[in-house]
Amino acid sequence: MEFGSINPVLLLASLMVAATPILLAALGELVVERAGVLNLGVEGMMIIGAICGFAVAVNTGSPVLGFVAAAAGGALLSLLFAILTQFALANQVASGLALTLFGLGLSALLGQGYVGIKPPPIGKLDIPLLGDIPLLGPVLFSHDLMVYFGLTLVVAIWAMLKYSRAGLVLRAVGENHDAAHALGYKVVRIRVLAILFGGACAGLGGAYISLIRVPQWTEGMTAGAGWIALALVVFASWKAGRVLLGAWIFGGVTVLQLNLQAAGIAIPVEYLSMSPYLITILVLVIMSADRSRAPASLGRIFHASQ
Amino acid sequence: MTLTKLLATATLALGLATSAMAQDKTKVGFIYVGPIGDGGWTYEHDKGRLAVEAHFGDKVETVYQESVPEGADAERAITQMALQGADLIFTTSFGYMEPTLAVAGKFGNVKFEHATGFKTAPNLSTYSARFYEGRAVQGHIAGKMTKSNIIGYIASFPIPEVIRGINSAYIHARKVNPDVEFKIIWAYTWFDPAKEADAATALIEQGADVILQHTDSTAPQAAAEKAGNVITFGQASDMAEYAPMPRVSSIIDNWAPYYIARTQAVMDGTWESVQTWDGIGPGMVGIGEISSAVPEDIKAEALALKAALADGSYHPFTGPLKKQDGSDWLAEGEAADDGTLLGMNFYVEGITGDIPN
Repeated sequence: MEFGSINPVLLLASLMVAATPILLAALGELVVERAGVLNLGVEGMMIIGAICGFAVAVNTGSPVLGFVAAAAGGALLSLLFAILTQFALANQVASGLALTLFGLGLSALLGQGYVGIKPPPIGKLDIPLLGDIPLLGPVLFSHDLMVYFGLTLVVAIWAMLKYSRAGLVLRAVGENHDAAHALGYKVVRIRVLAILFGGACAGLGGAYISLIRVPQWTEGMTAGAGWIALALVVFASWKAGRVLLGAWIFGGVTVLQLNLQAAGIAIPVEYLSMSPYLITILVLVIMSADRSRAPASLGRIFHASQ
Repeated sequence: MTLTKLLATATLALGLATSAMAQDKTKVGFIYVGPIGDGGWTYEHDKGRLAVEAHFGDKVETVYQESVPEGADAERAITQMALQGADLIFTTSFGYMEPTLAVAGKFGNVKFEHATGFKTAPNLSTYSARFYEGRAVQGHIAGKMTKSNIIGYIASFPIPEVIRGINSAYIHARKVNPDVEFKIIWAYTWFDPAKEADAATALIEQGADVILQHTDSTAPQAAAEKAGNVITFGQASDMAEYAPMPRVSSIIDNWAPYYIARTQAVMDGTWESVQTWDGIGPGMVGIGEISSAVPEDIKAEALALKAALADGSYHPFTGPLKKQDGSDWLAEGEAADDGTLLGMNFYVEGITGDIPN
């Protein structure tokens, strides 16, 4: 196949960057859903993370502090969702949608003074020796810190859910909250913590867009990335490894189709444009042909009296 | 009896007072495709809205809705605005054409204005700007400035307005640089900063050192700045925060005078359905300041071209021109008519690739 002027090394390197925001947000949502909570506010938490991270990075000059603030901002917004659904026992779907609308509006308000400002540059972590390996070096070992953070998070969440006691408790809460409660686990507390973690991850994903991928602040700049992250969790059958695969496929095909267009490959543009969605769904649906299913208590309201 | 009378009178008085108040103010509505903070297309329309408020003060009330998707949901948003009592509604994106037409059919005494479309009704006008005149100036600067001879173009949707822009930029880049090549990416969105940045990055990685965009956000500017040594042009708005590099000039949409004139027409009762299509001459299309990154001689040529476009002595689509398939389009000295331009669905000779359907 003729790839024309496409440089596969640069393409694979862009893939890692394009995949990171949805990967971070989807990992957070994965933990939330495994705890039995459906938070549809990912888009809202991402955009809040994007503006909080941007504002703090611009004002302090430190991208690291920006990312910390993005995580804090996302977690703070998700706390609202936690209060509504875990203490006020509000409907999770409605609360999540409201959270998205609220986040989009609030971020537009917070961001008014930040349009057209440039964030401090973020150095790439050029690992000596490893970064010099031909082909593999630029693809794997010359990214910013957040790319590696995302990959570490995949392994950490996978290991936590599979092997640790905390992961087992989290899954128990998500599968059957009444049984978990009867065993003496604090269902509400565990869920609130999971929601906060999900908010922090979504915030980081948003800040990755505003600080590294674009980098600038524009209203509504996440433009649906949160919804893609949500869909990814479902199609990945609530498994961390598959979320990574899905994010890579989605990010990869997105970047690839743009490159194919620019190189003038004779595939109709309509097919190229829909390919990221189509291919990601197809691969993940085929993979989920095994018996994986949603956490049994997903989206159900828990109260200790019931 | 007296009580009923009293109440009836009070209700009547209240009703009269309310309608008198409603008549006092002209309500002008705006439907936007992106957020008002996009820094481009919608930002400029909203500047027009604010100019209407500033001009008429207490005599108008403006309402707007941001980020309205093109398609079925737009009809709901426009209907809602008409039900709220708007006297004049501007729908500011091509994709609102059918929804606007449908709502205009239902609300006979509300006036509608649709941007960049071609369907009208007794209470529906269309208005657009001849952006392709600005694209000619861009193409000239781009053709002169490129060193790699590869110009990247981020297109949005395959509609005549976007295709006109590509053709106009290409013709004028080719005129000053016969080796120039256009690489075109269809983003299928008006506003998605992450995707626009990815598209710009893909073009730059494939050798483009000039990026032209027909999408609404400033993300391609940021991506070009990150790459270094790539020039861009502000789209729809000046985007001066990226000057002098990468943004070397811009096309600025200036809707304010039109919005004020049309609101005035509604107030005076002289509003009629019209089709407005203005360019650099009447001031609807502005060329942003050409920055110091452009050498003086190229700047002078670009300004001369702008002047010729403004006084009408030069038309960007002047023959001899052929279509992409090699068939003749315009003979020597012949200028394209508006009908062909409004429905343009072909590339001119030299551009590679196909227009999506």
